[in-house]
Amino acid sequence: MTNTPHHHPDSDLLLAYAAGTLAEAPSLVVATHLALCPHCRAEVAGMEAIGGALLSADAGMAVSDGLLSDVLSRLDGPPPAEAPRRRLAPVGPAPVLPEPLRSYIGGDIDHIRWRRTIPGLHEANVKCSGGAVRMMRIRSGMGMPQHTHRGDEFTLVLAGGFSDDTGHYLRGDFAATDPSVDHRPVADDDGDCICIAFTDAPLRLTGRFLRWLNPLMRV
Amino acid sequence: MPVIHSATSFVKIGMGHSGFYSPGTKGRIRRDGLAVADTLLVARRMPQPDMTAQKTDQAEIDRLNDLTSRVARQRDRQAFVALFQHFAPRLKSFLLRAGMEAGAAEETIQDVMVTVWHRAESFDPAQAAVSTWIFAIARNRRIDRLRRDRRPTIDPNDPALVPDEADGSMETMLVEERAAELHRAIRELPPEQADLLRMAYFEDKAHSAIAAERQLPLGTVKSRLRLAVARLRKLMAGSLEGETA
Ligand SMILES: [Zn+2]
Repeated sequence: MTNTPHHHPDSDLLLAYAAGTLAEAPSLVVATHLALCPHCRAEVAGMEAIGGALLSADAGMAVSDGLLSDVLSRLDGPPPAEAPRRRLAPVGPAPVLPEPLRSYIGGDIDHIRWRRTIPGLHEANVKCSGGAVRMMRIRSGMGMPQHTHRGDEFTLVLAGGFSDDTGHYLRGDFAATDPSVDHRPVADDDGDCICIAFTDAPLRLTGRFLRWLNPLMRV
Repeated sequence: MPVIHSATSFVKIGMGHSGFYSPGTKGRIRRDGLAVADTLLVARRMPQPDMTAQKTDQAEIDRLNDLTSRVARQRDRQAFVALFQHFAPRLKSFLLRAGMEAGAAEETIQDVMVTVWHRAESFDPAQAAVSTWIFAIARNRRIDRLRRDRRPTIDPNDPALVPDEADGSMETMLVEERAAELHRAIRELPPEQADLLRMAYFEDKAHSAIAAERQLPLGTVKSRLRLAVARLRKLMAGSLEGETA
């Protein structure tokens, strides 16, 4: 029996991912959870089916007269260009990091370039648009300083585990905290805890696009 | 749970649409070989007020499946034209509501439909309805065009992927049957849920932006969407029990 996660993203987060309205950064954390969670994969597949049914149920709008012949004239040509895929580093038989995260890191866990931020905590930024994503490595048994968030924070455990007031989180578990939560996670004492975390950039009132311009502020 | 074997063909004949799919269409065969639960059969035999609409849904879903398999196997251009005629106007509506200019929307429709032509062979009717497959292609193109973001996705062949559990309760019902149920269920959603659901899928807006536009608290938007999805998911599971929405 495989261990499947016990803590999942909210259904509205899965819905935003399925509908394609979730930005890249939170999508990366959600999709990495999906790799480890058959339950949420089935949820997302069902939500995509809802998208298909909504598309089918739509009355539609007239298209230009020439559109069909434009399409037909392209059928013998090449397929439309796809967004370039990231280069995949070769991995062993049981990588710690699942896809899509591995492609963002450029390899498995040994490719992460950690830097120490405070004693007991190493971090590494993950390049991504639409918010700040970072890897965290919390030393076994360490408690993080008590903190609140200026925005939403999503954390996904990839190795080890941690506990806070809301529960115990292990590989594949997804924790969401919003600004009202004042929590103090403590890493399990049987090994370092490795997580990926997304933080909604602060200064939330300055609007959707200004936020991206904000220098990345630490929580 | 009692299981009736060969229930599929019985239902199909009983529903009177055996003529809508070609004999070769593999999608009729469910993945796990299980039959439909008897509750479904009973439900089908009972008179229902919207039986005609549901038959029409089912016929349409079968027709689109058939067209797609003709494109995949025979490179049938006439079938492709019929798919275009069905989906192009719907895609236009979908893309315009997301805020695209008409020109960009039609270029995107071209890309989507050309992709449909090239990838028809990868379409698996046992996994999803045609409209779901095309929705996903259009959604990804829309993200590419509007946001220039990438959409992180799992790799089904990743050795780190935790595989599906063997017994999927979702698989006990045929994809097309689920799709027909879904069409009916969407028509029956309370209007305030249907409105938000359409916005959530069609308008490329965060739920907070939908809340602002409808002048509703964010919590209300989230709970209505959650209710709508839970209701639809429950119907799709094709079971009156065991669904944790
Ligand atoms: Zn999950």
